[in-house]
Amino acid sequence: MSTLHTVNKSPFERPSLKTCLDHVVQGDAILLIEDAVVGARKGGAFAEALSHKQASCSIYVLAPDLAARGIKAEDIAEGIALVDYGGFVDLAAGKARVCAWL
Amino acid sequence: MADETNTKKFLYINRKAPYGTVYALESLEVVLIGAAFEQDVSVAFVDDGVFQLMSGQDTAGIGMKNFSKTYRALGDYEVRKLYVERESLAERGLVSDDLMAITYEDENEDYAEKPSIHFVDRSEMTKLISEHDVILSF
Repeated sequence: MSTLHTVNKSPFERPSLKTCLDHVVQGDAILLIEDAVVGARKGGAFAEALSHKQASCSIYVLAPDLAARGIKAEDIAEGIALVDYGGFVDLAAGKARVCAWL
Repeated sequence: MADETNTKKFLYINRKAPYGTVYALESLEVVLIGAAFEQDVSVAFVDDGVFQLMSGQDTAGIGMKNFSKTYRALGDYEVRKLYVERESLAERGLVSDDLMAITYEDENEDYAEKPSIHFVDRSEMTKLISEHDVILSF
């Protein structure tokens, strides 16, 4: 059964997102929360790595954390889906385990 | 193991160097709690977490308790599966000999000393994550 990976630190500050991307398998989901949402911006340094990963994993970003940081939904890299807190719960409940990358 | 049905596979992932933050010490405490509840405990060291196992740690100059000896006692608490990621070591210019030797006594083999540390590559670490029931990150 697959894993939900959460990342909560900016990829510009720590390697948490990179390390997460290095440890996912086909069918896993990745959810960017808190400061990690800044890595999801279109044209940003991590947008390409995230879009590569979409071939094997689904990638989500927590909308309230985007909104809080003034990042608009239309400025998110293509293929990344927005979820609210309810969506976060559904993702966690739908996977066998949650792995947090701090 | 008293009751197999109440046993879960716990993986503790350590990704921070010791002393700069309290993560490493807190992780050790929680690992010991998991072991006290007779859970199947594995501990992983990834990224800067590999520095937690460095031999020759000397904290006299920073006024903090050197808790590195605790890792060597983990075997007595049935924590005998420590996984160190090879790529994380290499990225930091470290080799396996830079780490403490950590062993446990195998009661099934006349208390023979066996190594607790297993060096795994990134794909094996990824597989370990998907084989555990609960992941606790530090």
